[in-house]
Amino acid sequence: MRSSGQIEHGAALDDPFAGEAAAEVISDRHEAEFQALIDSDQRIEPRDWMPDGYRKSLIRQIAQHAHSEIIGMQPEGNWITRAPSLRRKAILMAKVQDEAGHGLYLYCAAETLGVDRAELIDLLHQGRQKYSSIFNYPTLTWADVGAIGWLVDGAAITNQIPLCRCSFGPYARAMVRVCKEESFHQRQGFESLYALSHGTPEQHEMAQDAVNRWWWPSVEMLGPPDAESTHSAQSTAWGIKRYSNDELRQRFVDMVAPQAVVLGLTPPDPELRWNEDRGHYDFGEPDFEELRRVVSGDGPCNRQRAAHHLAAHEEGAWVRAAAAAYAAKHPATSAAA
Amino acid sequence: MSEETPAPLWEVFIRSKRGLSHNHVGSLHAPDAEMALRNARDVYTRRMEGVSIWVVPSAVITASSPDEKDSFFDPAADKPYRHPTFYSIPKEVQQL
Repeated sequence: MRSSGQIEHGAALDDPFAGEAAAEVISDRHEAEFQALIDSDQRIEPRDWMPDGYRKSLIRQIAQHAHSEIIGMQPEGNWITRAPSLRRKAILMAKVQDEAGHGLYLYCAAETLGVDRAELIDLLHQGRQKYSSIFNYPTLTWADVGAIGWLVDGAAITNQIPLCRCSFGPYARAMVRVCKEESFHQRQGFESLYALSHGTPEQHEMAQDAVNRWWWPSVEMLGPPDAESTHSAQSTAWGIKRYSNDELRQRFVDMVAPQAVVLGLTPPDPELRWNEDRGHYDFGEPDFEELRRVVSGDGPCNRQRAAHHLAAHEEGAWVRAAAAAYAAKHPATSAAA
Repeated sequence: MSEETPAPLWEVFIRSKRGLSHNHVGSLHAPDAEMALRNARDVYTRRMEGVSIWVVPSAVITASSPDEKDSFFDPAADKPYRHPTFYSIPKEVQQL
């Protein structure tokens, strides 16, 4: 038995065999066992042996997913104080709190791979880890909150549902919780947009304007086309990714296109139409050049989002320091160091 | 950038309703047990998912090693007679 301090945490395994040749044999055996688990659709758990690349790839993906949830609080948080009714305000607060919760589930999953949340947040602040392109667009009107719920959360759900079966146990479990909670996000957005679309002509116009601005970024946020997707092939072999970006994009368009009709709003894509032969909607080519530009830092709000996160982190330092000082004075209730 | 020492890590266990045992749901950082409980409530029970929460410092948990999983659990592997299905019972006996 090995007394590591942590059940899920602490990734590095001490190899009981010191000799190098022996270590190599062990490593081959490990690799075969690892792949056999993946191939039989079983889950990899934190303290299992895993290839370095698998660990690194997951840390990158889970951290960027977590950052997206946290940065994603900003565009919607922008409207909390100006929500048009107490009902909408309570809903929006609950939604933004959920995003914080989702970020924490994901940081927790990333930490089981042997990184510390503080490191990941530093990487975000240094711009060395990214977050979803979509949160670099501004929320100009109240209707944007509805459009985000309907389109952005719709795209996020399309991406996240297959991740519930991802090969890494803690990531898959976090996704199950996230997806359960996220379904309210999309419904509240749809309901809010529906109310606007069926309201006064000005409200309808506002809803249409929001859809005009959020449609393409939402179609793009499912990632670059398959041919250009850098991490896809390996992620698929490792059971992290189950469907390609283009498959997910098609699934998303197929879901929202008929919903747009019910909303009485028109997606800004003249090529969007049902294709009887394919059994899917055809749609226009997204502007992947724009996606690349926004991901690499040149979207409308990249600097603002990063600066806000850094400021919130630094302004909260005294709270963390006070809590730590209190814990130090009352050792009975603090964790054994 | 951040020179602070991160707050310790806690494992969170939740009893979803009376009559069920606590299940592990995830982890979080908090400076002390009281804050860990409050954070656990906010992070893991926003929709009435629990009626009781345990928080345990991650550092005090002792775990079996996945490397030894075969040998460690071996003693149970060759004892099928510990299961009721091992025994054959005459058909006339309906319930046993």
